[in-house]
Amino acid sequence: MTSPAALRRKSAELAGVLPPLLADAQQLAAMVLLGEHGRRHAGLGDEFWQYRVAVDGDEARQIDWRRSARSDVHFIRQKEWQAAQSVMLWVDGAASMQFASAKDLPFKAERARVLAMAISILLVRGGERVGLTSSANPPRSGQGQLLRMAQELSGLEGNADFGSPEIHGMRPNTRAVFISDFMGDIAGVQQALTDAADRGVKGALVQILDPQEEAFPFDGRTIFESMAGTIHHETLKAGDLRERYLERLAERKAALADLARSTGWQYACHHTNDAPRLALTWLYHALERRH
Amino acid sequence: MFMLGPIGFTAPWLLLGLLALPILWILLRAVPPAPIRRRFPGVALLLGLKDDEVQTDKTPWWLLLLRMLAVAAVIIGFAGPVLNPKDQTAGRGPLMIIADGTWADARDWSVRQDRISGLLDQASRAGRVVSVAVLTDLPAGEVQFLSADVWKTRIAGLKPKPWLPDAKAVVAWSERLGKGSFETVWLSDGLQRDGREDLLTELKAKGDVTVIESPRAVLGLWPVQVDDGALQISAVRSSREAGSAVNIVAIGLDPAGVERELAQVVATFEDGEPRAQVALSLPPELRNRISRFSIQGVHSAGAVALADDGLRRREVALIAPHDAREGLQLLSPLHYLKQALEPTADLIKGGLEDVLPANPDVIVLADVATLTVGQTEALTDWVNDGGLLVRFAGIRMAASDLSRGREDALMPVRLRAGGRTVGGAMSWGQPKALQQFAETSPFFGLNIPDDVTVTSQVLAQPDPKLAERVIASLADGTPLVTRKTVGQGQVVLFHVTANAEWSSLPLSGLFVQMLERLAVLSRLNGLSADELEGSTWVPVRLLDAFGELADADVMAGVAGKDIAAGIVNAEMPPGLYEGNDRRVAVNAVGADMLLETAIWPAQTTIKGLTVARETLLKGAFLVAALGLLMLDILASLMLSGRLTGPRNTGIATVLALGMIAVGGHRAQAQDSSDDFAINATAEVVLAHVITGDQAVDDVAHAGLMGLSDILFQRTSIEPANPIAIDLERDELAFFPFLYWPITTSQTTPSPEAYAKLNRYLRGGGMILFDTRDGDIAGYGGQTPEGRMLQKLALGLDIPPLEPIPQDHVLTRSFYLLQDFPGRHKGRAVWVEAAPVDAELIEGMPFRNLNDGVTPVVIGGNDWAAAWAVDNNGSYLFRVGRGYTGERQREIAYRFGVNLMMHVLTGNYKSDQVHVPALLDRLGQ
Repeated sequence: MTSPAALRRKSAELAGVLPPLLADAQQLAAMVLLGEHGRRHAGLGDEFWQYRVAVDGDEARQIDWRRSARSDVHFIRQKEWQAAQSVMLWVDGAASMQFASAKDLPFKAERARVLAMAISILLVRGGERVGLTSSANPPRSGQGQLLRMAQELSGLEGNADFGSPEIHGMRPNTRAVFISDFMGDIAGVQQALTDAADRGVKGALVQILDPQEEAFPFDGRTIFESMAGTIHHETLKAGDLRERYLERLAERKAALADLARSTGWQYACHHTNDAPRLALTWLYHALERRH
Repeated sequence: MFMLGPIGFTAPWLLLGLLALPILWILLRAVPPAPIRRRFPGVALLLGLKDDEVQTDKTPWWLLLLRMLAVAAVIIGFAGPVLNPKDQTAGRGPLMIIADGTWADARDWSVRQDRISGLLDQASRAGRVVSVAVLTDLPAGEVQFLSADVWKTRIAGLKPKPWLPDAKAVVAWSERLGKGSFETVWLSDGLQRDGREDLLTELKAKGDVTVIESPRAVLGLWPVQVDDGALQISAVRSSREAGSAVNIVAIGLDPAGVERELAQVVATFEDGEPRAQVALSLPPELRNRISRFSIQGVHSAGAVALADDGLRRREVALIAPHDAREGLQLLSPLHYLKQALEPTADLIKGGLEDVLPANPDVIVLADVATLTVGQTEALTDWVNDGGLLVRFAGIRMAASDLSRGREDALMPVRLRAGGRTVGGAMSWGQPKALQQFAETSPFFGLNIPDDVTVTSQVLAQPDPKLAERVIASLADGTPLVTRKTVGQGQVVLFHVTANAEWSSLPLSGLFVQMLERLAVLSRLNGLSADELEGSTWVPVRLLDAFGELADADVMAGVAGKDIAAGIVNAEMPPGLYEGNDRRVAVNAVGADMLLETAIWPAQTTIKGLTVARETLLKGAFLVAALGLLMLDILASLMLSGRLTGPRNTGIATVLALGMIAVGGHRAQAQDSSDDFAINATAEVVLAHVITGDQAVDDVAHAGLMGLSDILFQRTSIEPANPIAIDLERDELAFFPFLYWPITTSQTTPSPEAYAKLNRYLRGGGMILFDTRDGDIAGYGGQTPEGRMLQKLALGLDIPPLEPIPQDHVLTRSFYLLQDFPGRHKGRAVWVEAAPVDAELIEGMPFRNLNDGVTPVVIGGNDWAAAWAVDNNGSYLFRVGRGYTGERQREIAYRFGVNLMMHVLTGNYKSDQVHVPALLDRLGQ
């Protein structure tokens, strides 16, 4: 039994953390929702939505012949997107995400959480179920779930240097979103994605990088340490490493993109100095796409 | 003291520290710069990457060198380096310091003072007693040896004198030297003079003598003489060696009464010559102003030659024969003489009896043949005393028996009867030209114009003495001008008339030049001893040893014979003396005084005057070390990546700014003025004057913008965007039209701006003055803006004005208008008044006023407000009410269009050619 005092303390703590995250996310979501119509989109479902003129690339079987017979052009019958889907989110909470190169930039983890919450809000508004792969709770819909997720995301602090996606809570044929910097061993991501693909899970990878990680503006004798301090690398002339570092980074991005393509996922890279709206819009549309 | 070249070290042992530098080199080289630890999530990507180059784990050589230098500078700095350290060699016993203290010392007196005080310092350290004596100002009584510290307080008071030591006084002083022995240091001025050896012998008898003198030559300037119309300037020097040149400047009051350099001339000493002479020809106006000459850059009384009356304007008396006839002015024998002499000489008019007591320098007798006995005697005396008598021939002289059988005392030659006429209507031959002047002639060097011809002259009787008396002759050799000396004076005869009857000489510039050369000859080159005898002269301005003139204090007069003797001493210092209405200059260096370098006996110790100063270099070395260490900080930061890396940019910038002197670069002005000119001239541009009141300026700008739009739409004038003009800075010539709103807070333009505005108005520009008070003005009172306009327009070149007449070209230059409203519909608009003789011809609608564009249009209707539009083209201000208001705005625009048409096409519409068309339109 929790004592009332403990409950109050806990709720105060919660309120202390949640409002900024939720507020940020809701603000972000509101920006995207302007002019959108929720789930009123063509998609999988039973309800008729619209006829549209067939264009090159549409499969012949999609053509609605009954409608096309009444005119000279071919029409496709579209149905309103109805199916409530589950979207599982994984947000990397490892130490490497606790990094921001400048005072006015947010931590990568913070950006990741805000993105995750914002997409969750959008999805919940659209009637989808959302959940966290790291959580024991199944995906659900509604404001309560959002609050729970916010709470869980706020408490997300890993000690490991790099995280790899958890997929144990993932159900077959759902959607998933992995948000991380993907700086660690790519094998974990590979494993997770193949597993997910095996289960028929599709989704999006959002790589969040700090601008410094893209630029590598270092010079001189430097010892680089990972955020948790487990990995060291010493160099005498950091400037010389820049090219090769950037090469490796590009390789990593290409590997991720390849991986995503081969498993039917979407991949995007987002920088903390960019507007989060861009990433959110991209993510929203990525989830909306039918495959 | 340990010495390395000119540098000594106070703590030389510290220099051993330099030996440690190689060790430091090895140590520093082994230690690489400390690494930075950075948290970086991307480290996983770095794993396995190797550095390309290996040598960077050691400090680069140039950084090492930098540090070595810094350490070396510190070590050397603390070793106490001293440049030119003084070796203290103190003597013993009393010390006698003698300075010549003449004007020749003045140019480097402060160095001498330093030297004396240095000697006193040494003596003070050695505890010696000292006596200091200046030979030009010897103390009376027994020679005193006092403590050096006592003398130190008196050094500043020692001054050189503008004269040379009196040999007798020096001898008397040397006898008072006492019996004790002492060492002597003699600061000599470097000039040889009598009595110097005697004193040296005396001093040598007392002890060692060291002579200190400057090897530089002493320069002097002789009194300036006038010879053949030119100022003869002589500079002398004490050395004889290589040739050199000195600049000699003539200083005097300019017409404004300010003392300034009037002329400058270079005198060149030839190799081995003690004297350099140069002639300076100056216009008499300038010459009369000269108060003194001096050698540029030499501050000494010897290098100054004062100018006195000798260089002043001459007094010339002109005497013509008595003539009852009222002649024509151009035929007057004296007309050309007056014209020629007036600018350069003071003319005295009157009879000979009246003139002679005034003692003129020159008397000109133009065709005066007969003189009374008394006149002849007085004139002869005057010539004997140095007067210059210039006579001109003429019909009277030719007809008289003057100097016919016997040479007249006041004629240079005997004359043949009658004279001759050449090239006339009744004679053979051509008018004679002049022969080139002989070298002995005072006219030598003057150019003879081709058109100077002589048709008549009086002829000189051939005579043994004739040849030497001729100073100018005709081409055929007959004398034209003759001269003889009488006593101290001269008699000169021109064998032609002073007017243009006999020759064209008086019409030419040569005549003036000849007179100038002759009139100059009349000068008293120095006053004679006889004249000076018995007179007393009072000093007016005195020269100090440094060559500066100062007003003389109360001082006893000086006897004339002393001045004649020219010995300058304490009783008669150099300067200007006055007496008998004349001024005479006494110069420190008299005429013919040659300067000789002092010659000392072979065994005398002679030292130079200059002493290298002891300079402590410790500070400089330490500052250098500090600077090097600062550089080292920067370099280390750069090497370790902290200078350019992330999060250090702020520090780096501050450091970089601190180390690099950032020079302000203001060379934008030229570019911007070019841009301005191109902007203003690429298209027609309306401009308004910046008043300083932002609101008014904005309205003016918007108004011109609106007017420009209307012009663009309706006419062939297609103006660009209007420009705001700063009267003080911007060029006005680019603009055909200026709109000038008047505010009470406006500042009056500077005189330069006014000059620019007047130039603009004269050059065809137009200014529209707008007092913007049409709503309240015109009821009898005057508005503040009106008063401001009056104040502003005071400096402008504005013609008479009148309210726009009905037939002014502004009423029809594009639209037909009779009314010129702006936002207000008030007062009359004023333009340049029509000429008074303009008349209205019957049947014509307007007068024939063909000339001129009015340079100003003055009104108070606030046109800019009526024209003003914003960027979208909508009106900024309401005009009037409803439709009538819009009509008023339309008329205001039409006025603007007419005005611009008037500005750009001038009086084109004023031409009568347009009358039929205009009548036609008026008829509608």
